[in-house]
Amino acid sequence: MHWSAPEMMIVAGARQLVGGRVCFVGIGFPNVAANLAKRIHNPGLELVYESGVFGAIPARAPLSIGDPVLVTRATAITSMFELFAYYLQGGRIDVGFLGAAQIDRLGNINTTVIGHYDRPKVRLPGSGGACDIAVNARQILVIMKQSRRSFVELVDFCTSPGPARMSATIRAQVQAKGRHMVVVTDLGAYRLDSETDELVLASLNPGVSLDDVRAQAGWPIRVAGNLNVTAPPTTEELRVLREELDLQRVYAR
Amino acid sequence: MKVTTMREAVAEAIRDGDTIAIEGFTHLICFAAGHEIVRQRKRDLTLCRLTPDVIYDQMVAAGVAKRLIFSWLGNPGVGSLHAIRRQIETGQPRPLEIEEYSHFGMVCRYVAAAANLPFFPIKSYYDSDMPSVNRHIVQIQSPYGDDIVYAVPPLHLDVAIIHAQRADAEGNAQIWGIVGCQSEAAFAARRVIIVCEELVDEATIRADPNRTVIPGLIVNAVVVEPKACHPSYAQGYYNRDNRFYQDWDGISRDPPRLDAWLKEWVLDLDCHADYVEKLGGARWAKLQPSAAWSGRVNYGEYS
Repeated sequence: MHWSAPEMMIVAGARQLVGGRVCFVGIGFPNVAANLAKRIHNPGLELVYESGVFGAIPARAPLSIGDPVLVTRATAITSMFELFAYYLQGGRIDVGFLGAAQIDRLGNINTTVIGHYDRPKVRLPGSGGACDIAVNARQILVIMKQSRRSFVELVDFCTSPGPARMSATIRAQVQAKGRHMVVVTDLGAYRLDSETDELVLASLNPGVSLDDVRAQAGWPIRVAGNLNVTAPPTTEELRVLREELDLQRVYAR
Repeated sequence: MKVTTMREAVAEAIRDGDTIAIEGFTHLICFAAGHEIVRQRKRDLTLCRLTPDVIYDQMVAAGVAKRLIFSWLGNPGVGSLHAIRRQIETGQPRPLEIEEYSHFGMVCRYVAAAANLPFFPIKSYYDSDMPSVNRHIVQIQSPYGDDIVYAVPPLHLDVAIIHAQRADAEGNAQIWGIVGCQSEAAFAARRVIIVCEELVDEATIRADPNRTVIPGLIVNAVVVEPKACHPSYAQGYYNRDNRFYQDWDGISRDPPRLDAWLKEWVLDLDCHADYVEKLGGARWAKLQPSAAWSGRVNYGEYS
């Protein structure tokens, strides 16, 4: 069965949620990947949405993070204050699942602006909940397409700080005590190296070479000692993705 | 008597230069109120919302705003709000001031105003660039230890416009589904307009007091305006019109087409009932969800 590089990325992102219990789900790719994980790999996964939904069981693919399908049969609907203050800042979120327009070597995320803030070349949406999530979730999972424009040495604007950017003093006061960060792209998967604080390549997607990866990165990518090749999508993963979650093939392209 | 028309409520409550919020997180965004503000050609408003959404893209394009306070500036599930983006990127056709936070920061600005606090402390923003472009996000130290937190200031609104599924004539409003920060924004405002799908009697409200999100105590006007949220939605009443959000991308990219849209769907119409009719029965039928009733709870009678 053939698959596209973004489909491989979504599947790999979903697999990262095996074993996690509570996932704060961002808009776009995280939304489709988290729902794939819930349907195949981890039925007990609690899906949390910033709109104030805890324990969603959406009957169809949610089209936004405030879709009414997230509400019907959810465990709880809370005010946004309760969600951010008690669930997130209170330390109940295992995995914060984010998209990104730009990420840098140290795992800092930019979703605010390309170019200078006061004279933007491209004005992006901004933080939403991303900065709050990056600071307060125990682990950060990022899913994004990789290119020289999106994988950069230094972000134009740091919307959401990577764990390495925050001082040890600050890290001790918030939930991001570890430095767990995984970045899944259409080319492979990266983890934040605890020694050097930089993203290192941990896995290559099938058919992707190290040269391909380096050609689409703005800094010299270092490779983890035990570089893996990502297992290709299974028939079941592709079936659920195509027939239940991405019927219009919006994400597969 | 608080029950009035949208035209009178907007004319009465909103003055040029006011700071206002039409809140609702994806859910219960009162587009009908935004359209009436455009029809009345209000000017120099500071528009506040976590997610400006298509409604503020329309209002900014129509020229009612001078400033935008927000936390996520996109067309959810689609892409950009192009009218707002154009003004920020090019200053055309007029400049737009912006002031931005994270979602939690915006929510806590409403909370601080609602609770009459001078600021609200949160654990966010550490080592991000957000405080460097917004001097209102200030690092402070806990008075009780070494913890570092960031303070956000209260966001006092002149007017909050809040949509609810149902309300009584006093403005006691009940909401189910995503509640967002409807209550926080309402309590942060000096004047509150409640817009509802259905006007119910006081006994209906009192039969289920846990569902009351906003008390009539703080409400100045009640507008009964069914389907006022299109293309946003009201849980259990009509679905989000995702096709409209997609169509808006093409409309808002093209200034002449956007102006034509505003003329056809806002300025040339008399009121929201005309908009509902113009949209047509077939479109509304597609947005009708089937029923999923809640269970009932027993509050008990203690006489």
